[in-house]
Amino acid sequence: MMGAVAVFRREMRLALRQGADSAMVVAFFVIAVVLFPLGIGPEPNTLAKIGPGVVWVAALMAAMLSMERLFQADYEDGSLELLTLAPMPLEITVLAKIAVHWLTTGLPLIVVSPLLAVMMNVPADGWPVLIASLALGTPILSLLGAVGAALVLGARRGGVLLSLLILPLAVPVLIFGAGAVDAALTGGNAKVNLLLEGAMLLGCLALCPWAAAAAVREAVA
Amino acid sequence: MFHKFANPARFQRLSKAVEPWVLAAAVLTLLPGLYFALFSSPVDYQQGHTVRIMYIHVPSAWMALFCYTVMAVASAVALIWKHPLADVGAKSIAPLGAAFTFLALITGSLWGKPMWGTWWVWDARLTSMLVLFFLYLGYISLRGAFDDPARGARSAAILALVGFVNVPIIKFSVDWWNTLHQPASVIRMDGPTIHPDMLLPLILMAVAFKLLFVWLVLLKMRAELMAQRVRVLRHRQAAA
Repeated sequence: MMGAVAVFRREMRLALRQGADSAMVVAFFVIAVVLFPLGIGPEPNTLAKIGPGVVWVAALMAAMLSMERLFQADYEDGSLELLTLAPMPLEITVLAKIAVHWLTTGLPLIVVSPLLAVMMNVPADGWPVLIASLALGTPILSLLGAVGAALVLGARRGGVLLSLLILPLAVPVLIFGAGAVDAALTGGNAKVNLLLEGAMLLGCLALCPWAAAAAVREAVA
Repeated sequence: MFHKFANPARFQRLSKAVEPWVLAAAVLTLLPGLYFALFSSPVDYQQGHTVRIMYIHVPSAWMALFCYTVMAVASAVALIWKHPLADVGAKSIAPLGAAFTFLALITGSLWGKPMWGTWWVWDARLTSMLVLFFLYLGYISLRGAFDDPARGARSAAILALVGFVNVPIIKFSVDWWNTLHQPASVIRMDGPTIHPDMLLPLILMAVAFKLLFVWLVLLKMRAELMAQRVRVLRHRQAAA
């Protein structure tokens, strides 16, 4: 437990001292969403219709963008090897890293998402559901992304490969996340979508640290 | 028994002896299967001759799922027991699985245009098959992305196991979601609902596809083992 806290604090300090990473992810997220009205045209009803989906896709892309650095720096300077050798289970270390990743990239995305929802003309009824779906969905992206980031350690063109590996697996998250907002706006049952997302989160929380830790072990072996 | 067949040299001898028989069996089921499927099976009262696409489409789709399952099991065996042949097997299956998935998607699309009036719909079965195709591509790319083939093999094996969650989702997607794709009509609890005249060619084709798959995998695995040996010889030559 002490070890987990120590890793968590170390990661948090590293992430906060080079805060540019989080800011870049948020900036990418905003710009990606802003491109849609410019590309599709500013017709308010069209924007309202595609808004939740666009915000979700942009969040997915932004999360992918930040994923690679989850283990990369530690892998390059050798600290990942030391963390693997530490007496505490590697799964806990990985989980602590994932938690920090979500706090520094997923959480800011959730914070700016209402702003983007306003810009995309999404009706106010949809905002709480959008925030709820992102709150449940972005941790899944961090968990899945950690598996991918660990798998591509030391690979050629790791960043592109990471997206190819993880985006297909993230498809259900996207479907239910954007689906929840759509359901809320069209009078459907948003709760079902959110519950399914919650179930996926619990499943990923239980399984992804194992897979990511196994992949890290292969990388430093 | 498990370890007895782990010997690559013994495997190569065995597979070389078995291969012609498997190929013969595949041809002997494929030819009558195609004859029944394309000429001598009843025309569907709604779909007309378009129904004949089904005899390629359904076996391909079954094989797509079957290949991934075998690949995931082989990956698990390779990871847990460091079984060398299981790893070669998983590597050999991946492109075949991708090809079967692609075939299922393409034939489904060709069938969908006259029947549904569209090449593609975003329903659960189609989308999850597309995801399966990307998983195969991801597996193949991840294997090839490392300078050290052994590292690529282990990473890809973990990916294959993670991606296995998609297989039950595809199988049950038509039952869980209300979709355009029809629900299962052959493999179901209360017996097949498909007409026996159509079931016979379908089963012949499915068996033929499976035999063809076995033949191709054996061939590919043998080629892979030889390629490995060539690689080792080259290394030795370079070192000397």
